[in-house]
Amino acid sequence: MTTTTPAPAIRPAAPSRPRPHAPESGPWVGRPVDRRDGPTKTTGTATFSAEYQLPDLAHGWLVHAPIARARITAIDDAAARAHPGVLTVLSHLNTPRLKPSPARPSLLDMSTMVGGTRVDYLGTDEVFFDGQPVAVVVAESLEAAQYAASLVQVDYAPLPATIDFAAAAAAGRATPVKQSLGMPTLVGSVGDADAALGRAAHVVDLHFTTPGHNHNALEPHATTAVWDGDRVTVWDATQGIDWFRKHLALRFDVPVESVRVIAPFVGGGFGGKGSVWAGTLLTVLAARVTGRPVRMALSREAVNRVVGGRTPTRQRVALGADADGRLTSVIHEAVLRNSPVGGGPEQVVGASGDLYASPHVRLVTSMVTLDLVPNTFMRAPGESTGSFGLESAVDQLAHDLGVDPLELRLRNEPETSALHHRAFSHRRIRELLHVGAEAFGWADRTPGGRRDGSQLVGHGLALAYHPAWEFPANVTLLLRRDGTALLRCGFQEMGMGTATVQAQVVADALGIPFDAVHVDYGDSDLPIAPNAGGSTQSASIAAAVLRSAAKLRRAVSQLHQRPGESLAQTLTRVGRDVEVSVGSDVGVGAAATSVRFIATTLLNQRRWVRAASGAHFCEVRVDADTGEVRVTRWVGAFDIGTVLNAKTAASQLRGGIVMGLGLALTEETVVDGRTGRIMNAGLAEYHVPTHADVPHIDIHLLDDPDPTMPLGVLGAGEVGITGVGAAIANAVFDATGRRVTDLPLTLDRVAP
Amino acid sequence: MRPVDYVRPLDVAEVLTLVAERPAARFLGGGTNLIDLIRQGVERPDTLVDTTALPLAGIDTALGGGLRIGATTRNSDLADDHLVRTRYPLLAQAVLAGASGQLRNMATVGGNLHQRTRCPYFVDRESPCNKREPGSGCGALEGIGRSTAVLGTSDHCIAVHPSDMAVALTALEAQVELTGPRGTRQVAMGDFHLAPGETPHLETVTQADELVTAVLLPPPSLGVARYRKVRDRASYAFALVSVAALLDVHDGQIRQARLGLGGVATTPWRAHAAELVLVGAAPTDEVFEAAAAAELAPAKSLPDNAFKVQLARRTIVATLRRLRADGSAS
Repeated sequence: MTTTTPAPAIRPAAPSRPRPHAPESGPWVGRPVDRRDGPTKTTGTATFSAEYQLPDLAHGWLVHAPIARARITAIDDAAARAHPGVLTVLSHLNTPRLKPSPARPSLLDMSTMVGGTRVDYLGTDEVFFDGQPVAVVVAESLEAAQYAASLVQVDYAPLPATIDFAAAAAAGRATPVKQSLGMPTLVGSVGDADAALGRAAHVVDLHFTTPGHNHNALEPHATTAVWDGDRVTVWDATQGIDWFRKHLALRFDVPVESVRVIAPFVGGGFGGKGSVWAGTLLTVLAARVTGRPVRMALSREAVNRVVGGRTPTRQRVALGADADGRLTSVIHEAVLRNSPVGGGPEQVVGASGDLYASPHVRLVTSMVTLDLVPNTFMRAPGESTGSFGLESAVDQLAHDLGVDPLELRLRNEPETSALHHRAFSHRRIRELLHVGAEAFGWADRTPGGRRDGSQLVGHGLALAYHPAWEFPANVTLLLRRDGTALLRCGFQEMGMGTATVQAQVVADALGIPFDAVHVDYGDSDLPIAPNAGGSTQSASIAAAVLRSAAKLRRAVSQLHQRPGESLAQTLTRVGRDVEVSVGSDVGVGAAATSVRFIATTLLNQRRWVRAASGAHFCEVRVDADTGEVRVTRWVGAFDIGTVLNAKTAASQLRGGIVMGLGLALTEETVVDGRTGRIMNAGLAEYHVPTHADVPHIDIHLLDDPDPTMPLGVLGAGEVGITGVGAAIANAVFDATGRRVTDLPLTLDRVAP
Repeated sequence: MRPVDYVRPLDVAEVLTLVAERPAARFLGGGTNLIDLIRQGVERPDTLVDTTALPLAGIDTALGGGLRIGATTRNSDLADDHLVRTRYPLLAQAVLAGASGQLRNMATVGGNLHQRTRCPYFVDRESPCNKREPGSGCGALEGIGRSTAVLGTSDHCIAVHPSDMAVALTALEAQVELTGPRGTRQVAMGDFHLAPGETPHLETVTQADELVTAVLLPPPSLGVARYRKVRDRASYAFALVSVAALLDVHDGQIRQARLGLGGVATTPWRAHAAELVLVGAAPTDEVFEAAAAAELAPAKSLPDNAFKVQLARRTIVATLRRLRADGSAS
């Protein structure tokens, strides 16, 4: 049972282990090594999926339906076809149908989960969301394809559509979600949270809303595809080379071996390139039908219309506490949305079962189904928006009690997770609060804010939290007699520094210099890498690298390795190279990997709560006249387990915080409630933070290995964005006394 | 993109001959707005007449102490010009508040005066819009309206004029020089942009056969001036409200006041009603409040943009208070 612990007084910052500051010698892991792809990208020589030059390359362009629900009654493509350079206009009238996307995804084959929608593109006359591609023009030039696409006339018979999220949620049309085994927490209950809330000495009961968000990675979704008989090569902007490969094989009804997916560099994914969306499918289809290599890079508008984004949320967070501020009840309810053709729940409420001690907890998730492009993964799906609700409510409770919000969090630090009474594999939230507070000067602030000229200055804090998972990864590792090594693994370099970091892991595992390690990646011809999602990739590949290195050491030891001799020295002496592999891409080996993965995942989930965590501290300045909020200072202290590379890890976390600034202050997908059409499908009006919006961000890393994760790594990709919305809202509250519960925190919500 | 002819004439006479023959031609300055609109299918010119090779760039002192700003002067050069920065800081501030560095490097003064609204229904070819397609209706009246106008609106259009530069030029009482087959004429900034009324597709007095060749600034006024832009993010965002204000206080009395408003009106808005309250009065908070109230009394708001009325009031008052402080410090 969870018991409340005595409230500790705020202590001076606990001594933490020294952070890795560019050690000159010793292990490579942890060093702030520059990314190997840095010079390639900054000099413009990295080749992205829309940049491969093929002979006879043709260009595709989409025709979108400007209506949410309809049947196509006629398509007139005569003018488009007559335009010089047009090769064909593909629509449901003339195009071979793809095999359907699996209706029921299976954990055993994760590629079944990556269909962004279940729409049978160009195989149906039915329109399921505004922006759905209904035709593809293929032409000799991009310009011809674009212009001809504007000449395609499509007539529609409208069908009734459900669009309005707030109205559907308010009308009670939300359906409760059931908890699936092995999946993140969506539902759960312990004790009687409602009764405990009724008895509580202090109650905070707040309702929150967050809007939908669109993916706007720097690189748009882009595909180049060429068929050779029944074999196809696809250069694609993808976060999951293997899952895309298998999904394409399924949809185009060819053996997996016939599909090759190449993606060394991806210009940002954030979840938006974790699923196969229309652009990929229709490029491969256009190449098959025309017999030509086809390239299609989506326009910024098309990315906004055909690729899903973050679900909007409506949340209720109710907290009950005793007179000392110890939580007695935590209730977190969330209403989300999906679509009849895809999307799914996000773990908005999950962290509320782990973050604080409480004898009574009730978590609920429900969904409304709307005729909009389905929602999809977006950096910390669920946790990013759920943490806004929970951490705002905790801040409000601290204010109501007259307790420092840092102190209130210390008082409610749990021994085991409140919801499942499971042990934490690793929990350093007390240290994070102390380290962050010390760096920020939290104790020196003026609670309740202060005025500086026409500006109201306030400070806020919120916790960050993201579960840690791992996936299977296959690698081969070759150590040559000349002392160099080659790691082969089919991941993509998406900006996180994966190749650099895994070379550091190899260097340490084999006792060779970092520069002696080469990494081959970005191709489905290589051993299968996990999808880059859920902050899992580094830990998952590192685990395989460590296993392969152990295997390699065993193999070398059988080559009469002499005492004191390094692996490379032995190979030089015996004049041999040794290569080992971990994991099997096909057949019984692959099936065994899947089964072992599911068993391990379920077992680990029952044994431990594993998560990366952090503490955000920020300063905001609110214009007293206009309500404009500008963030002026940021400190984030993080526990991501072992830090593989202090530079790339800090960049990942900073990037998460920057994305969180957008979530907090500006980002919102604006849908016209009458039509279901996105009205800000571009970067001029969909406001991501500009440089001028981003303050200096000071990152502190505990670098304390998690004892249960490979190499002690907990993942850094997503935890940074969690809690950012609440930290800013809490600082705005501190500055203005106004508790804003709706995101984004635009000036009209903040202004007096 | 639609096929389009492109020409880059070297002198104004050649331009005038060209556009006389091609009524569907459009002038291309920096292209920061027009090219987007062509890509979006909103603008459909048959010819692009690139004005950037014309001998029109440059800023010169004009007779009588004003400035003559050539129409193809880039926004960056305008904001960076020594004379503009020292004698018309209001204009430099307004230009620098607009767009982004990259866009300002491209955008021209003449193009800026003719830039078009970013109303989401105007830029979306699939939506009804009386400005883009006369008679098709207004999507914004009952639609997404956070950006829309509260002043100068009609039942046909509530789209906001997006320019920062033009708001400052309005407050500075600039003149626009137009050159056409009938010669050259000057139009006051206050008369240059047209209220939407029943013809929201007509936005300026510029005729199809005319080219803006310069903007003329009168000699600088006495007093202190400021451009205050309120927006959703710190850069690269259109104004929700902007105030271009000039205040000249002498012996405890406002001798001159000029006020332009952006982000709230269908044209770069000269706040004459507010100026009437201010001139001759003492520069007190109460007078500032009364001036703002007078200007905003006719404001017509919708649920989505109702906040702009209060925001405009508070920003006008805050800017005038700031100028009062600036003035007493100088």
